[in-house]
Amino acid sequence: MIRYGDTIREIAKKILEEKTVDLIIGFKKGTLPITTEPVLIKDTQNSDQLYWDSFCNMNLANYLPKRGEKIGIIAKGCDSRNIAVHIVENQIKREQLYIIGVPCKGMIDRRKIVSFLGGKEVREVTESDEDITIKGEGFEHTLKKNDYLQNNCSTCMHRNPVIYDAIVGDLVEERKDPDPYDDVKEIEGIGLEERWESFSDLIKDCIRCYACRNACPLCYCPTCFVDESGPQWVGKSIDPTDTMTFHILRAYHCTGRCTDCGACQQACPMDINVKTFTRKLNKDVLDLYGCEAGLSIEERPPLDTYKPDDYDKFIR
Amino acid sequence: MADNPYLPYPVKIQQIITETEDKNLKTFKLVFLNKEDEERFTFIPGQFCEISIAGQGEIPIGIASSPTEKGFLMFTVNKTGVVTRFIHNMKEENIIGIRGPLGNWYPWEKMEEKNVVVIGGGFAFTTLRASIVYMLHPENRNKFKDITVVYGARSPGLLLYREEIAEWEKRDDINVHITVDATDDPNWPYNIGFVPTVTEQKITTSEDSYALVCGPPIMIKFTQPVLEKVGFTPEQIIMSLEMRMKCGIGICGRCNIGDKYVCKDGPVFSLAQLNELPKEY
Amino acid sequence: MSDKIIKKEELTNILKALKETYEVIAPVKENGFYSFKPFKDGGNIDLNFTNTRLSPKSLLFPQSERIFEFNLDEKSKDGYIVKEHPKDYPPSVIVGIRPCDAKAFKLVNINFDNPEFKDPWWVKRMEAMTFIGLGCNEPSSTCFCTSVGCGPFNEESLDVMLFDLEEYFLVRALTEKGEKLLKQGRVDKDVDEGLQKKADELRIKAEKKISSSVPTDKLKEKKINDLFNAPFWDDVAFACINCGTCTFLCPTCWCFDIQDEVTKTVGDRIRNWDSCMFPLFTLHASGHNPRPEKVQRVRQRFMHKLNYYVDKYNTGVACVGCGRCVKYCPVNVDIREVFSLMNGL
Repeated sequence: MIRYGDTIREIAKKILEEKTVDLIIGFKKGTLPITTEPVLIKDTQNSDQLYWDSFCNMNLANYLPKRGEKIGIIAKGCDSRNIAVHIVENQIKREQLYIIGVPCKGMIDRRKIVSFLGGKEVREVTESDEDITIKGEGFEHTLKKNDYLQNNCSTCMHRNPVIYDAIVGDLVEERKDPDPYDDVKEIEGIGLEERWESFSDLIKDCIRCYACRNACPLCYCPTCFVDESGPQWVGKSIDPTDTMTFHILRAYHCTGRCTDCGACQQACPMDINVKTFTRKLNKDVLDLYGCEAGLSIEERPPLDTYKPDDYDKFIR
Repeated sequence: MADNPYLPYPVKIQQIITETEDKNLKTFKLVFLNKEDEERFTFIPGQFCEISIAGQGEIPIGIASSPTEKGFLMFTVNKTGVVTRFIHNMKEENIIGIRGPLGNWYPWEKMEEKNVVVIGGGFAFTTLRASIVYMLHPENRNKFKDITVVYGARSPGLLLYREEIAEWEKRDDINVHITVDATDDPNWPYNIGFVPTVTEQKITTSEDSYALVCGPPIMIKFTQPVLEKVGFTPEQIIMSLEMRMKCGIGICGRCNIGDKYVCKDGPVFSLAQLNELPKEY
Repeated sequence: MSDKIIKKEELTNILKALKETYEVIAPVKENGFYSFKPFKDGGNIDLNFTNTRLSPKSLLFPQSERIFEFNLDEKSKDGYIVKEHPKDYPPSVIVGIRPCDAKAFKLVNINFDNPEFKDPWWVKRMEAMTFIGLGCNEPSSTCFCTSVGCGPFNEESLDVMLFDLEEYFLVRALTEKGEKLLKQGRVDKDVDEGLQKKADELRIKAEKKISSSVPTDKLKEKKINDLFNAPFWDDVAFACINCGTCTFLCPTCWCFDIQDEVTKTVGDRIRNWDSCMFPLFTLHASGHNPRPEKVQRVRQRFMHKLNYYVDKYNTGVACVGCGRCVKYCPVNVDIREVFSLMNGL
C-alpha cells in the first residue's frame, strides 16, 4: 500500500502539468508518526508532498462541496463512494473530478496501536505489504496490519474505488464475507431498556465538539440543525438529552447515505464509536431496500426518492 | 454595574412606541424596579446595555436616551433575531432585565469646544439621538460649537424619532438635514438623496470638527471618502460598531476585532483606531 | 518551609485526611483515558499518566454551568426576574495537576479576573482551589512547554509540587496555601540531601527530554495586520474540518456562550463552552458574519493565542505547550508549525 505513493505523485504531477485539473486533494505526511494531513496541491513543485500509507484515514470527499475548480482527488473505496453520493446529491459534478482511485486493504486504527502500547509513544513507523513496524523509546514491534485495522475496514465490502479515472495499483480482492453486521446484531439482540442504556453509555463522554459531524462528508448542510436558532431544535449544553438528540438525528440524516468510512469515529477526540448508530441504519437500508450508499452515480439514496407508484399507500 | 456583572437589573416596560411604518422598529421606555439600581446606573452617550429577557437570552442594544433624561431608559430595537422578535411581542408593564451600562462612549472630552457633525443612517441612530439630546441640554449646549446632523432613511416612514427630529429642525442651535433615498410624497419638506450625497452638500469643512458616523456598512463606505475630501482625518471620524456579543464585559471572547473587544474596548472607535485593526467586522 | 518527603503509599492516607477539610480531586482513569474526578477513599487516583485527555479547565469553568434561574409566571412576584443560582465554593485540592495545566489557569485568570470585571464563578472557585502539581518525569513527544515559558517542573502556578522519586514523593510547598495544606495533611518529614539532589536531577533530565519546541522570540514585534494578512492561512486551514476539538481540549481556550433553557414555566441561564471554530460564534442576527469562512476562523484561533493575547497582556503566548491539540486534531493541524510560520513571517 505504501508503494502507491509513487504512483499517486506521478499521476498528480502529470494531470497538473497537462492542466487536466486545477488542483489535487490528497494526503501529506503528518507531523507525528501514524498521522497524515489532508492537503491541497496547486502546482507541480509541491506535488511531491503527496503521500500514502495506512494512516490516510480521513475521507477526502469531505473537502469537495462548494468547490468550483477541476479537482484531482485521491479516493479509497469508501472515499469514492462518498464522492458518488456527492455527485448524486449535486454537491459536485462528475466532470469536475479526476478521481485517482486507490485499491485499499484497510486503514490502520491509530487508537488500536496506541492502546497496544499502553502509555508508550510511537516515534517511528515503517510498513510493508502485510506488516507495520513501530519503534519508540526502548521498543520495536512488528505487527500484522490486519490485526490493527479500523473496525469498518475489517468488515468493508467495497475496498476498490467504485468510480475512478486512474487507478494506482491492481484491484484488490473484495471480501466474500456475506455479513459484516455482527456488532449491530448484538445490539439488536438486547432488550429496549438495555439498548438505550448502552447508547447513553456510548455517548456519555461526548463534548459536543462536532468532530464526527465535521469529518463526515455527508454533513455539508449550510446550517446544521443543531445550529439553528429559529426555532432552536437542540439545547447547547452537555445535557445528555441534547447530546443524544444530536447523535440520533445526525445518524438519521445519514440514513442510506453513509458508506461506513469511519471518519466520524476516527475524528472523535473522546474515542466514541459514533458509527454504532449509522451502522444500524446502514443495515436497515440494506435489509429493507437492498441498497448500499454510493455504489452508483445514477441512483439516489432510497430515502431521498419518491415514486408515484410506490407500493406503500401512505406515501402515494 | 451590579456586583455580579452578568446579573441583569430588573426593569419594567413603561411604554412601547412603534417607530417605523414597517413596524420593525419599536422604542421601549424602561423603568427600574429598584430605586438603588437606578441610582447605580450612570452612563454616558454612546454606551449600550445587554437587554435580557428571561427564557430568551440577551441582546446588546445602544442606549437611545440621554443621561439628561431622568427616570427612564430608552432602547430602540430592530426586529431581527430570537430575542428582538420576542421583545417586539411584549406588552407595557412586562418585566425584562438590563445589564450595563457597557462599553465606551463617544469622545466627549475631545469634542468639547469643537463642531460636532452627526451622520446617521436607518436604524443606527439610537446612540446618536442620545448624543444630540445630551448636547442640546441647556447645561451642555455651550460646551460645543456648531452641531450639524445629517440623518437619512430609505423612506420617510423609516425615519426614527420623526417628531423629535422635526422639532430639532426648527431650532437655531442645531443644523438638521433630514433626507430620504426616495419618497412619493410631493410635499416632503426635507432632502431627497443618499446620506453621502447630502453630507457632501452640507458638510463643507472639517475644521475643529468631529464626525460621529453610524449607519449601514454601505452608507459608511461612501460617507468616509466624502468626509476625507473636506479634510476629516481618521482621528476626527468616530464610529460605533455592532458585533455579536454575549457577556458584554470583554470576557466571553466572541466580539473581538484583533486584540480589541467591541463590547469593552468599543463599541466606539475612531477610524484611526480601526485602520490599525484587521478588517474583520 | 523546607522540602518534605513522603512514601508513595502514604499519599492515599494523606488525601483521606485532607478530605475532611477539602474536596479532593485527582486524575482517574476511566474508559481508557484520564480525567480529573473526585477522589474516592477506595483509591481511584492514578498518577501514571502524561496528560489528561481533557484539560482540567472544567474544574473552574465547567463546560455547561447553570448561572442564573428564573420563573416565567407572570402572576408570581418575581416572574421574569433573573436571579442568582445559589452555589457552594468549598475549599478544594487538585492533586496531580500538570505544571502546564496549572500555568494555563494563570493565563486564563487574566481574562476572568481583570481590574474592570470579575467573573464571580471563576474567581470564587480559583480562591477556593489549592493546586498540588505533579512534575512530568516522562514528557510526551508532543509536549513543547519549555519553549512557551513553562516546563515539566514549572512551579509558578502551583501551591505544592510533587516530585515522583519512584518509592517517594518529594513534596515542596510553594505558597502559603500550600504550606497550610501540608500542615493539614501532616506532611512534616524533611527530605534528606540525597533525595533532594535526585529531585533536582529529575527536573533537569525531564527538561532535556522535551524534544519538541516552537519559536516565539519574534512574535511580540509582529504587526497585527502583517500576521492577519499573511499568505499562509489558506494552507494552514485547508485540512481543518472546523470542529471544536482543539478549543475544547485546550487548557487556555476560554470562550463561552450564554443560553437560556426553559422547561414549562421555569428556566435557567446556562453558560456553555463555545468555540471560535464554529460559524455560529460570530454570526449576527442580521445574517452578517464577520468570519464566514473556515480560514478566517482558523486564523482567529491562532491569532488570538499567538498575537492578540500577546499584545494585550504582555505575558507571552496563550499556549502552555501541552500538545493536546497536536495529538487529537483529527486532521493533524499542528500549532507548532503555525508558531514557526507566524514567528518567521
